[in-house]
Amino acid sequence: MNKRIALHYHLMLFPGILLLLLFSIYPMFGIVIAFQDFSPVKGFWGSEWVGLENFKYMLEIPDSKRVFLNTIFIAVMKITANLVAALIFALLLNELRARFFKRFVQTIVYLPHFISWVLIGGIVGQMLSLDGVVNQGLELIGLDSVFFLGSNNWFPFVIVGTDVWKEFGFSAIVFLAALTAINPVLYEAAEIDGATRWQKLRFVTLPAISATIILIATLSLQNVLNAGFEQVFNLYNTLVYESGDIIDTYVYRMGLIESQYELATAVGTLKSIVSLILIYISYQLAAKFANYRIF
Amino acid sequence: MVYGKGPLNRILDGVILIILCGIATLSLFPLLHILAISFSDKSAVAAGSVILWPKGVNLAAYRAVVQDGAFFTAFWVSVKRVLLGGGIQFALTILMAYPLSREVNIFRLRNVYMWFIVFTMLFSGGLIPWYITIRDLGLLDSIWALVLPGAVPVFNVIILMNFFRGIPKELDDAATIDGAGPWRTLLQIYVPLSLPALATVTLFSIVTHWNSFFDGLILMNNPSNQPLQTYLNQIVVQFNNSSANMTVDEIERISKLSNQTVNSAKILVSMIPILIIYPLLQKYFVNGLTLGSVKE
Repeated sequence: MNKRIALHYHLMLFPGILLLLLFSIYPMFGIVIAFQDFSPVKGFWGSEWVGLENFKYMLEIPDSKRVFLNTIFIAVMKITANLVAALIFALLLNELRARFFKRFVQTIVYLPHFISWVLIGGIVGQMLSLDGVVNQGLELIGLDSVFFLGSNNWFPFVIVGTDVWKEFGFSAIVFLAALTAINPVLYEAAEIDGATRWQKLRFVTLPAISATIILIATLSLQNVLNAGFEQVFNLYNTLVYESGDIIDTYVYRMGLIESQYELATAVGTLKSIVSLILIYISYQLAAKFANYRIF
Repeated sequence: MVYGKGPLNRILDGVILIILCGIATLSLFPLLHILAISFSDKSAVAAGSVILWPKGVNLAAYRAVVQDGAFFTAFWVSVKRVLLGGGIQFALTILMAYPLSREVNIFRLRNVYMWFIVFTMLFSGGLIPWYITIRDLGLLDSIWALVLPGAVPVFNVIILMNFFRGIPKELDDAATIDGAGPWRTLLQIYVPLSLPALATVTLFSIVTHWNSFFDGLILMNNPSNQPLQTYLNQIVVQFNNSSANMTVDEIERISKLSNQTVNSAKILVSMIPILIIYPLLQKYFVNGLTLGSVKE
């Protein structure tokens, strides 16, 4: 009986598994390109093996060090800034009782999350250009205008700032959910004990959501090598490669524009492996400190 | 929560209200800004006098968009990929979530499948092997290249699977006793009971498909096959690519030449589908995201 039912279960899974084999598993074998002198004609089954040559070359060129450092710098700043901004926003919203106003604010701040980086890239490009609205504002208060998207000093911060603008509201959802789960009895008790508003925040609210904060922090560890390809790709230009070129944009340019398949695959493979290790560590930490399990 | 009373607390409430209004304004400002630009006169925009209120109101930019054949070709490709890609993702999500929601004693290989799909989520071969695979399958410049590679949204499968697990087993047993097989149980009991979760994952897959540009950029060589986001990326990035080896002044001059009013209008028109489904999205995503995360 069970066997006949299981057959149907296999059937249901079949199309999806087939597509995953084709488009996820099969490309994994393509990692061999990183160990080959790859010839597009011979494909990755027939090209000549060169051992670790491509990885040696990768470590010799200054580009690779630069893109790894840029990636980590941008990603870590994004993770921190987003966490702090989302947390502060959630705490502020939680302090108010006007439900209609709360919903109204939430409706507005969640919206940018659903707009693509292509469109936001277009908007940001206009706003930050030399005659754009931001520079007009700077001139109005007597400051020099800045070419934000062409300056290596500013570019990483533009990336972090626009990312926070787009995502802080959406990232706050988890915190808001944790805040509504706090038992109101705790606040009543604090009130009776004569706690001030600040003390309630410090001794009731924050301890109650600390598990969620730790969970989000540990889970975001896995994004340390994801600086946001779509965002950077839609905002950067040759002037800011020095500060804004990240692993994913570099792999794209080396591999698909300059046809250096081996180098691009070597960099990409290194990223995939380190990411896997980071994911493992982050889940271990999340399980240990926040009792979290994926499934 | 118990809210404080007294004048000091009132003042604090007022301050928080003002800060939150400021945050909301900041969130909306860029969108309203380009809305104003799109309705303004070209020269007023070039002079930089348009901020939130259009100057020299006219519809020239929108007329230019309507007459732009390439824009609508790309728009149509995007609509096609959403319908086709969203539909396939919908079907596959349901078909995969159901068997995976069964207990191991009923479906022995459940955990094997589970690890398999989670592995595909955690590790990837990277961009170059992925591209070569799709090229070797002969999918370049076909709508299927935008649809098939991402046809299994693993994350959505896990959300729906967790939701299915929360449905009482008694319903399942009752269906079996009444003679329903696994397909009928799935389609007539599980699917109707999971509409909120299904709405959530479907809306997410629609948004993802509508917003993707990169697959269109590398997998579609012929511009008439490129989806809308790719087309818009070309307009934006064209400036970036053409700026190779140029000085700051030259880049600035080129960026001035680009047509800001028309570009703004194009950006806004491309946002319309998202704005239409946004109220639905907002209704479902908060619940939907937490729905799937509850475990026994």
